[in-house]
Amino acid sequence: MGLKKKSVPMREQPPEVRKHNFLEVPLGYNKEEAILEAQRCLQCPTHPCIDGCPVHINIPRFIKAIKEDDLQKAIDIIHESNLLPAITGRVCPQEDQCQAVCVMGNVGDPVSIGRLERYVADWELEKRKKGEVSLPPKMPPKNKKVAIIGSGPAGLSCAADLAKMGYDVTIFEGFHKTGGVLTYGIPEFRLPKWIVEEEKKFFEQLGVKFQTDVLIGRTLTIKDLFNEKFEAVFIGVGAGLPRFMHIPGENLDNIYSANEFLTRVNLMKAYKFPEYDTPIKVGKRVAVIGGGNVAMDAARTALRLGAEHVYLIYRRSRKEMPAREEEIEHAEQEGIEFMLLTNPIRYIGDENGFVKQAECIKMKLGEEDASGRRRPIPIEGSEFKLDIDQVIVAIGTTPNPIVPKTTEGLKTGRHGTIWVDENLQTSVKGVFAGGDIVTGAATVITAMGAGRKAAASIDKYLKGEL
Amino acid sequence: MFKILKKEVLAPKTILMETYAPLIAKKAEPGQFIVIRVNEKGERIPLTIADFNREQGTITMVFQEIGKTTNLLGTKNVGDAISDILGPLGNPTETDRYGTVVTIGGGVGIAPVYPLSRKLKSLGNKVISIIGYRSKDFVFWEERMRSSSDELLIATNDGSYGAKGFVTDVLKNLIDKGTHIDRIYAIGPAIMMKAVADLTREYKIKTIVSLNSLMVCGMGMCGACRITVGGETKFTCADGPDFDAHLVNFDELMKRLNTYKKEEKISFEKWKEEVGYGA
Ligand SMILES: Cc1cc2nc3c(=O)[nH]c(=O)nc-3n(C[C@H](O)[C@H](O)[C@H](O)COP(=O)(O)OP(=O)(O)OC[C@H]3O[C@@H](n4cnc5c(N)ncnc54)[C@H](O)[C@@H]3O)c2cc1C
Ligand SMILES: Cc1cc2nc3c(=O)[nH]c(=O)nc-3n(C[C@H](O)[C@H](O)[C@H](O)COP(=O)(O)OP(=O)(O)OC[C@H]3O[C@@H](n4cnc5c(N)ncnc54)[C@H](O)[C@@H]3O)c2cc1C
Repeated sequence: MGLKKKSVPMREQPPEVRKHNFLEVPLGYNKEEAILEAQRCLQCPTHPCIDGCPVHINIPRFIKAIKEDDLQKAIDIIHESNLLPAITGRVCPQEDQCQAVCVMGNVGDPVSIGRLERYVADWELEKRKKGEVSLPPKMPPKNKKVAIIGSGPAGLSCAADLAKMGYDVTIFEGFHKTGGVLTYGIPEFRLPKWIVEEEKKFFEQLGVKFQTDVLIGRTLTIKDLFNEKFEAVFIGVGAGLPRFMHIPGENLDNIYSANEFLTRVNLMKAYKFPEYDTPIKVGKRVAVIGGGNVAMDAARTALRLGAEHVYLIYRRSRKEMPAREEEIEHAEQEGIEFMLLTNPIRYIGDENGFVKQAECIKMKLGEEDASGRRRPIPIEGSEFKLDIDQVIVAIGTTPNPIVPKTTEGLKTGRHGTIWVDENLQTSVKGVFAGGDIVTGAATVITAMGAGRKAAASIDKYLKGEL
Repeated sequence: MFKILKKEVLAPKTILMETYAPLIAKKAEPGQFIVIRVNEKGERIPLTIADFNREQGTITMVFQEIGKTTNLLGTKNVGDAISDILGPLGNPTETDRYGTVVTIGGGVGIAPVYPLSRKLKSLGNKVISIIGYRSKDFVFWEERMRSSSDELLIATNDGSYGAKGFVTDVLKNLIDKGTHIDRIYAIGPAIMMKAVADLTREYKIKTIVSLNSLMVCGMGMCGACRITVGGETKFTCADGPDFDAHLVNFDELMKRLNTYKKEEKISFEKWKEEVGYGA
């Protein structure tokens, strides 16, 4: 059998259909497709993919198990390093990680590791739906309580590892639902919410306790947690504060932060209004500001709600867009209209305070800046007005200050991130932190990696070895 | 789930509810609020913590039935439960010994003005309270307010009880009489707070208002409640809810409160049909 240079494509909902619904876009591999793709893996002795993965999944071994159609073995191998494969298989930027270093990439397409991961994970989810759960092995109870703040990927993976080690773990979450960005940010059509729910049940079966509606810093402080006999704390509160551009007219009606827009739609299910009570404005001509994954998610969501035109306004060129290539392509296929090298400078409202126009300016690229990308420079005299009736600002987020502000002695970095040492311990003894609150907005898998690393440190700390 | 322990109809469409929420009761301070979600399909709405009892672990809210969510909440009874209550949120109202303080409450805003007046009085201030209602039928907590202030002035829009007119008319009288006032707190509908601000700006009397912007998260993550204060964008939930009245852009606040008028109507009409409301 010769080398297959092309990877097996994944079936998708066609753009014309999917832009009118919230169902998942890629449909997943079937058994035949998965085995064909698994056979493309060379099982090379250097396995650079393992190092390319932030949580070091033994990729060649689980792919080999797929080839042999032993999916139980495949899932067990993945679970050794990653308890959320149905999620990472869907949202990881594999093209920058495991697949970027795949040896097959030298001769053709890299092996579609993410799609194979998703295939195995979905098989196991189907099994769980039938009540067949295989829990990873657990150590005997240690009778020590650990508190986790935030139920995003960082908090979840930290909790799972500690539970497996026998600790008594409680996750405190401010929202009424767990999952962090997985629940309130990433849309249904990229990550169906039943998967996040299913994973929560799995964590509960592992012994992790969840307490929602508790905002640490307000409802309870970290000091209270220690008084309640928690012996260590992990902070995984993310970087959820929306940034605005602070240009005139930005507080007009129908101008949203991406966080608000996506929270209304995903967490509060406003796309099912009025069955669900939370309303959302459905714009006809929507401007989304930004060029990252969040901007793509917001733009594609606006389209699905019923917008006629969605303009993605980005100040640099397509090449500098921080969004994943796959997301950019999906957005283009669905008819999102890219307005590149363009920046809004003010918004104009009607007599009732609703936005009706965005005044924009054209940009050109200058010298490289600190980020290594060419700096956008406004072109004088190129201002123009764009008729729009809704704006979604997706220019980034910053760390949430509530916990640092209410915890004495907690050292923060330049942008409000929490300072940690090499073991992810903060400046307060017994308090650890990881994920977006430490790194600034990053990825699901790096947050998970940090959660796992912190769990190992907490274990050492509680054994008196740190 | 948060159990309802007490329910009282204070006046038409004005309801008091006490729920068991020990963690919130333990931390609550006057001026803070909660965000509640009545049920699984419900929206998140902010309500002020009108009172709390740390020993019994209870918090009290007083709300006006105006749209779908507050009306739905109004159908709940003792023994029922509310899915979610998050709090205490926002910053406690700043209080100190200022001298003579006027506290102003309009309608349902009187509920949070009561514990605030009580606290101001206990700090040694002379407290003059002005409370305004639509008409005599809507009067509630008159006695409580009397007990927490040195002087109580009442206004009704139609003059059926107390002075005829708005709380601002009463306040203007007070000022014109030469009463020395060191500070004013006003809580009520946006239009009332704007009127108070416009009046006291002239007289340069420091005035604090508690804003009632639309909200979703209540913890600084969405920005739905943003408003302009002194030319800067602030989040009511994280930076407020109290602000210097003379710096607040009330026109913007009132416009933003109207964003979902159409959708609120759809939601309320649908609910009324489902429950046979008013039939
Ligand atoms: C729209 C969107 C799309 C994205 N798409 C991708 C993608 O495709 N692939 C990818 O890898 N990454 C993506 N990301 C980034 C990724 O989701 C984040 O990097 C990751 O979720 C960070 O995990 P975390 O656990 O650190 O924080 P979060 O996921 O932000 O979770 C933090 C949790 O803590 C809670 N919390 C905050 N403060 C408190 C408090 N004081 N008390 C209690 N709870 C609190 C929050 O409510 C939240 O639930 C996306 C992000 C967004 C916003
Ligand atoms: C910090 C804070 C504290 C509050 N405390 C109280 C309280 O103690 N008691 C109380 O009765 N209300 C309070 N409110 C207002 C309360 O949240 C709204 O009345 C409620 O959300 C209305 O929901 P609804 O679905 O019943 O009405 P909707 O159908 O959503 O609205 C009906 C009408 O009320 C207006 N409205 C909607 N939301 C608000 C709002 N947030 N503020 C003012 N008007 C609004 C709408 O513009 C509309 O005209 C507070 C608001 C904030 C921000």
